[in-house]
Amino acid sequence: MRFPAWQSTGWQSAARRSPAAMIGAVIIALSLALAVAAPWLAPYAPNQPELGQRLEAPSAAHLLGTDGLGRDVLSRLLYGARPTLALVALVAAGMVPIGLAAGIVAGYYGGWLERALMGLTNIVMAFPRLILALAFVGLLGPGLINAALALSLTSWPAYARLARAETRTLRRSDYLAAAEMQGMVGSRLLWGHVLPACVPGMQVRLALDLAGIVLAAAALGFLGLGVQPPTAEWGLMIAEGSKVVFDQWWLAAIPGAAIFTLAIAFNLLADGLRDLGDPARA
Amino acid sequence: MSSGYGLPLVALARGLLTMLTTLACLLLVTFALSSLSPIDPALRALGDHASAGSYAEMRHRLGLDAPWPQRFARYAGRLLHGDLGVSESTGQPVADDLRHVFPATFELATIAMLVSCALGVALGVLSAWRPGGLLDGVVRIISLAGSSLPAFWLGLVALYVFYARLHWAGGPGRLDDAYEYTLDLDSGFVLLDTWRSGVPGAFANAWAHLALPVLVLAAYAIGQVTRMTRAALLGEAGKEYVTLARAKGAGPGRIILHHLLPNTRGLILTVLALTYASLLEGAVLVETVFAWPGVGRYLTTALFAADTAAILGATLVIGCCFVVINGLTDALVRALDPRLR
Amino acid sequence: MIQPVREPPLLVVEGLSVHLARAAGRGPLVEDLSLEVDVERVALVGESGSGKSLTARALLGLLPPGLRSEARRLEFAGRDLRACSPRDWAALRGASLALVLQDPRHALNPVLSVGQQLDEILRLHGRLPRARRRERIAEMLEAVGLPPSARLLAAYPHQLSGGMGQRAMIAMMLINGPRLLIADEPTSALDAELREQVLELITTLVATRRMGLLLISHDLQSVARHCERVLIMYRGRIVDRCAAAELARATHPYTQTLWSCRPSGSTYGKPLPTLDRDAIDASLGR
Repeated sequence: MRFPAWQSTGWQSAARRSPAAMIGAVIIALSLALAVAAPWLAPYAPNQPELGQRLEAPSAAHLLGTDGLGRDVLSRLLYGARPTLALVALVAAGMVPIGLAAGIVAGYYGGWLERALMGLTNIVMAFPRLILALAFVGLLGPGLINAALALSLTSWPAYARLARAETRTLRRSDYLAAAEMQGMVGSRLLWGHVLPACVPGMQVRLALDLAGIVLAAAALGFLGLGVQPPTAEWGLMIAEGSKVVFDQWWLAAIPGAAIFTLAIAFNLLADGLRDLGDPARA
Repeated sequence: MSSGYGLPLVALARGLLTMLTTLACLLLVTFALSSLSPIDPALRALGDHASAGSYAEMRHRLGLDAPWPQRFARYAGRLLHGDLGVSESTGQPVADDLRHVFPATFELATIAMLVSCALGVALGVLSAWRPGGLLDGVVRIISLAGSSLPAFWLGLVALYVFYARLHWAGGPGRLDDAYEYTLDLDSGFVLLDTWRSGVPGAFANAWAHLALPVLVLAAYAIGQVTRMTRAALLGEAGKEYVTLARAKGAGPGRIILHHLLPNTRGLILTVLALTYASLLEGAVLVETVFAWPGVGRYLTTALFAADTAAILGATLVIGCCFVVINGLTDALVRALDPRLR
Repeated sequence: MIQPVREPPLLVVEGLSVHLARAAGRGPLVEDLSLEVDVERVALVGESGSGKSLTARALLGLLPPGLRSEARRLEFAGRDLRACSPRDWAALRGASLALVLQDPRHALNPVLSVGQQLDEILRLHGRLPRARRRERIAEMLEAVGLPPSARLLAAYPHQLSGGMGQRAMIAMMLINGPRLLIADEPTSALDAELREQVLELITTLVATRRMGLLLISHDLQSVARHCERVLIMYRGRIVDRCAAAELARATHPYTQTLWSCRPSGSTYGKPLPTLDRDAIDASLGR
């Protein structure tokens, strides 16, 4: 069983050894907090058009200005975090269990089941993730659930591979044999012993994938395939802002900066976790 | 060690089989998507006010009442004959439309690929030269930023800064209007056509318009390639043959060029090929922002119009490119490693 | 009367220590090590973890990142190695100083052919035309007992057997006529029968070319047959120095145990001696 260094030595020493991971984690936590607290923090309602105050520059009344329908950009920014983070959470909740299940079953039972599952994994891995998500959402209808489904169904292979490799190593070790001799078999063995062993290896991969999911969510929103207007969503805001980018450039720039910050946070977290998990570099 | 021809042929055959199976699954997936879609082709053809009888007849005519294996066989059969259906927006066969727009995407992705290769590997080498140093830190920040920027946003910002404000680069589209409507763009490759046309300034104008989309598209790829190159080089640098090479008196330059890079060839090539595949995906967004007449923009236009045949056709074409690139990469990596021969 | 000027010994080391760059409370890995090697065959013997490989690397300035070394004196043929720039080191290594490692499958570049690797070291330190280089390579291959054939030159390291690969490595490192060879466990990865052959090869070459040899090994009996002096290392320090001929009469407890703990006809039926590490540590003042 491998435990990454940070789990056994605590948050503080982990933070000292990898400021990148700490910064990333803090930004993500902050975004979550802001998204959840949006109803209390936002100065205005996000979907309230005020046609008399359209396209205003940032001012004291509207810290980040107003958009084409006179809606406060700051409030929309805060609320806009919700669909993105919701999508990230949904995709993670979809792809990780599917991948883990496939990988653990393949690695544990071996034989033709393993070959079949790994064949399926390789095939799905060769598919273009974003394009299929676009087609999926385009043909089956836009929305958060469809987008999450599409992205999960094309992203699970990496986890299957990791889980299967880990399970195969365990399979041959004495650790599982000892547990089996104590009478544990089947699903109890798999969930209680094999599953926890697979988790540490996936952290870096998950953080990297989530960075990509943030960008994919933005892309779907930009193309109008995510949540529908008038709901505030960062990608959608960029699309709306792109029409006036040459004059009111901040309308497109600000939500983009938010996406960039969140994506960098996940990438930093991934880099930091990788350094922490590698004793040679810590 | 065997040096016969038997082994590589078997590997080749197996690789081909894997590719074909993957393509078949891709067909299955697109077919499933079209079947599950709430968009009803019969309704689309007849409109809302048709009678139940003519609706049933239309369904029969389109073959929609057959069991799904039969429909899939018909779908696959049509595809193998090059029939991708007819686009509802353009009224043209989708296959023709795609043939028209594919060169523009190919041109864009290939040039972006070359730029990302060159810059990515160079930055990765510089970064691995002195790990932990200042250059390494700067390069890592650049690659981090590149991997976190939404491509379409970067495109918008770039257009605003470099085109609207600074007038350094060309604007949306492949050529200025002046050239766009006077030149004959036969081959579909703007660089080739402007070069052959001999019209003064056209070739330079094509490059001016290419610059921004290429750089924006390459930004993400450069981030990936740099990271992977650096990781691959540092991973090799700890090995014994590097110690012996230094014991021979080789300097850092020679070590990187003649010892590390050749041994990381396979890894780097895999990264490059996968990057090419991801560039195709990125092109979808970049083309939309820059009004580049390629497959990407064709797909997004089709998505807005809910043009089923066009969506599926474009998805299939890009998907096939993906699968083929992956398959070829595998074969190339295996061919290059003397240990696997 | 004019006194003939004595040439300085090939290698002089005084007070060498190797430690982690970020000390983190761990002691030095090699501590206060001093030795001298002239035109002779010296063995450095110790168990795994004694620091002998690190010593070899430190002498050539090839420590892995994360380790630092210091010495009061570190001289090669009178030249202060501590003052060498990376350029100076690159000129010395491969031309005057040679290193042979344990496993040719890992120590040779997997994607370059044997011929290319031999050629490389010639080109790094000279400007011989290609024909002359080919001659030198052929001569050297014969000297190590390998056939100078085109097939061998085109072969890749993974296609060679252990013994052939090791001979190729030796050929490669000696082709420029270095003065000192440091061999880090050159036979540990080989079959027992090959070990004697390769050690014989090394010592013969070293003798005929009037070189100095620092042979690092964990096998005391084996090096005793081939070397003139033996240095025993334990936990980062040299604990005993002895002429090879006198090993059977060694007085230090560690040396005695190493010498007599090999099973053989004379120990049949008797328990083998084991180390009393506490006593040894005490005698070292730890």
